[in-house]
Amino acid sequence: MEFFRYTRTFNFMGKSKLAMILSVVLVLASYAILVTKGLNYGVDFAGGTVVQVKYDTTAPIDAMRNNLKTNELFAGASISEFGSPDEVVIRMKTTTGSVTQDIGDETRAALKGTGNYEIRRVDIVGPTVGAELKEKGIMSLLLAVFGILVYVAFRFEWRFAVASIVALVHDISIALGMVALFAIDVNLDVLAGLLTILGYSLNDTIIVFDRIREGVTNNRSNSLRETINESVTRTLARTTLTSLTTFFVVFTLFMFGGEIIHPFAFTLLVGVVVGTYSSVFVASPILLWFGFDVKNYHVKLANKAKRAQEKQKLRDQFDSGVV
Amino acid sequence: MKLNYRIVIFALAIIFGVVFSMPSLTQSETGKKVTLGLDLQGGLHMLLGVKTEEATKSRIKSIAASIKHYAERNDILIDGLVFDEDSVKFEVLDSDEIHSFDEYIGSIEGAIVSTSGEVISLVLTPEEIIKTQKEAVSQAIETIRNRLDQFGLSEPVVARQGEEKILVQLAGIKTQEEEQRARELISRAAKLELMAVDEDRNARVYNMSDSDAAAYGDIILSDAKNPSIKYLVSEIPILDGGMLTDASMGFDQNNRPLINFKLNAEGAEIFGDFTGRSVGKRLAVVLDGKVYSAPNINERIGGGAGQISGSYTVMEAKDLAIALRSGALLAPIYLMEKRSVGPSLGADSIKASLVALIGGFVLVIIFMMVYYRLAGVIANIALIANLFILLAVMSLFGATLTLPGMAGIVLTVGMAVDANVIISERIRELIYEGKSMHKAIEDGYANAMRAILDANITTLIASVVLYAYGTGAIKGFAITMSIGILASMLTAILGTHGIYQMLESKISKSKNNKLWFGIKG
Repeated sequence: MEFFRYTRTFNFMGKSKLAMILSVVLVLASYAILVTKGLNYGVDFAGGTVVQVKYDTTAPIDAMRNNLKTNELFAGASISEFGSPDEVVIRMKTTTGSVTQDIGDETRAALKGTGNYEIRRVDIVGPTVGAELKEKGIMSLLLAVFGILVYVAFRFEWRFAVASIVALVHDISIALGMVALFAIDVNLDVLAGLLTILGYSLNDTIIVFDRIREGVTNNRSNSLRETINESVTRTLARTTLTSLTTFFVVFTLFMFGGEIIHPFAFTLLVGVVVGTYSSVFVASPILLWFGFDVKNYHVKLANKAKRAQEKQKLRDQFDSGVV
Repeated sequence: MKLNYRIVIFALAIIFGVVFSMPSLTQSETGKKVTLGLDLQGGLHMLLGVKTEEATKSRIKSIAASIKHYAERNDILIDGLVFDEDSVKFEVLDSDEIHSFDEYIGSIEGAIVSTSGEVISLVLTPEEIIKTQKEAVSQAIETIRNRLDQFGLSEPVVARQGEEKILVQLAGIKTQEEEQRARELISRAAKLELMAVDEDRNARVYNMSDSDAAAYGDIILSDAKNPSIKYLVSEIPILDGGMLTDASMGFDQNNRPLINFKLNAEGAEIFGDFTGRSVGKRLAVVLDGKVYSAPNINERIGGGAGQISGSYTVMEAKDLAIALRSGALLAPIYLMEKRSVGPSLGADSIKASLVALIGGFVLVIIFMMVYYRLAGVIANIALIANLFILLAVMSLFGATLTLPGMAGIVLTVGMAVDANVIISERIRELIYEGKSMHKAIEDGYANAMRAILDANITTLIASVVLYAYGTGAIKGFAITMSIGILASMLTAILGTHGIYQMLESKISKSKNNKLWFGIKG
């Protein structure tokens, strides 16, 4: 089976203006959502308490609300269904510091009389820990981006590095926008999802860039536009295929992985789609716009080859005792 | 068909993978296995803070107690012995005796002594305060570890995190009651104090406020069983649990559980001296700020043994004895973070993630076979080998498999075939260009190598950062991702290359590119 067989070069760069408009709109829309709606920080970053309760029948949410009203500790608690009608999570901003009698125990006691239930999970994150996790989270994102930037600059050229970082920022922005739009709880797992998107999207970009690098080195043509078009077309089958297999597994994770893994799988789902798009339509055009000078690169390569040749010549002469 | 070094290494890697992943897969008794994270097997994760300022206070209190004891033993009359957060002050009544303290006070470490007239004051140095607080954290870790070791759970984790946080992880907690018991055992101060009841004023205790009591150097404590009963006791204890050498559960004559304790030589001496001096008065046995009993002293008690009676259940008495034996917490601890997962939720998570893993795996396997035919089968062999090696490496290192870790494995399945997709596409291209099979395979691998390496290394960078900065379960994701990527270099690049080299003559002869690579021509 073949999805694409390379017969002619598609003019991807011809569509790059259109793609750029789409990207700018998407990114701006994401920022608009982030500013107006904001991220829905979960307990990991905001601090607070999550109690997951499973009933042996449909969860009596109204009765639960009534019971929780009696104690100030539960002020502002929200109850929502979690995966099935039997199961709910209670989210609270409050935390307690006692080891033996914590807010989870208080909740257990307060729910008495609402039916047969089992407390399946209690997450309490105190405010200092939350702030620390947030700081660490932001640091890890920055550090990962920086590490990648350095590596790509080292292996390719600085313009490649900047282009791939722009693509990454594009992907992360849109993924965050979607996370905000669907009011997904932002916890450590979403952060892990974002870091995975970094890796994944970059993966795609690098495969395309590698082809461009190869094209620039081997082709006689000095047109970067043509080289990019050819490279993107030649890697199109691979891009589609890998995106598909990754999409398959992320989708099964999203569908069947259970409620707890949902935010993570959602983030990845968005990331796979956006990451694939950006490697073709964002990273490569930016490289083109940066005016990567193929002619200059060829000259540089030629000079490098010449230098190596001369060095070799000298060495040969030295070895044969001429000098 | 001929053997080559690549296929030999690949075969060895597969054998390694299968052999070392077996203990985990079959859940056998022997052999190294993957540990399931708390989120998958159920358990309790807590990050505890230490109220270190309390440690300084209790250090000061014990200095005050020792000064008092020294004065009484040497018949030096002192008055106005008071202490606050970091200093002790007292007055020597007979100014001739002021120097008889010099040697003793000089032996107290980390305090600056100043004398003005008959008043001697000791202030802890800032270094001493920091040292005391540091010790309080180390001591808390040690104490909690001791207590949990005796609790009967397998392999409890107690570790320092950062400067003054304590990480406690308890796997395999089955019930809410068990969790509650563990938490009580961990946080119990278990601070035993033997205190003198202020018999001169105790009759007025119900009309006294805390500040009234403080004016006499006393404090008001309530009874453990019946909080409405109050005692007025001297704030500076006769001795505390630091001089305890042993505690165990026993029974009284009515067969009710109680705790027997023994004091060390110094404690026994102080205890003997005090009881000898205080016949007819009462001694309050105070545990964690509550009076458990206040028996009359009928005679001097030597030997340094005592009892704490109270209406305990056998279980409570046992846990209390463990807590006393492992020592008191110098400073109270408090909860900073807690993650508790019930075993039933853990089991559900395992089930759900396995379904996702198997579902994703089957989809990818079928897809690769349909798209690439035999090249897809070869890629699938590499994928399966990858999973075995991943599991084997994790088992050997005793790595922890968490729910995000499972997600990492699922993702590895999707991304590990990437290398083979890149390679197969390259080979297809070269076949179309009319290259010989040998050239197509060798050049295909050579051309693909650089891209695969660059792509994998950048993903590794992200994973390593995640490992360094991630906490708890997220670390598990970084681990499975990293090992998956590294294993894929071995299986998808080296392994499949070996298979192609072995089958090369066969492929060339068959001339059936549709069967081998899923393309026409």
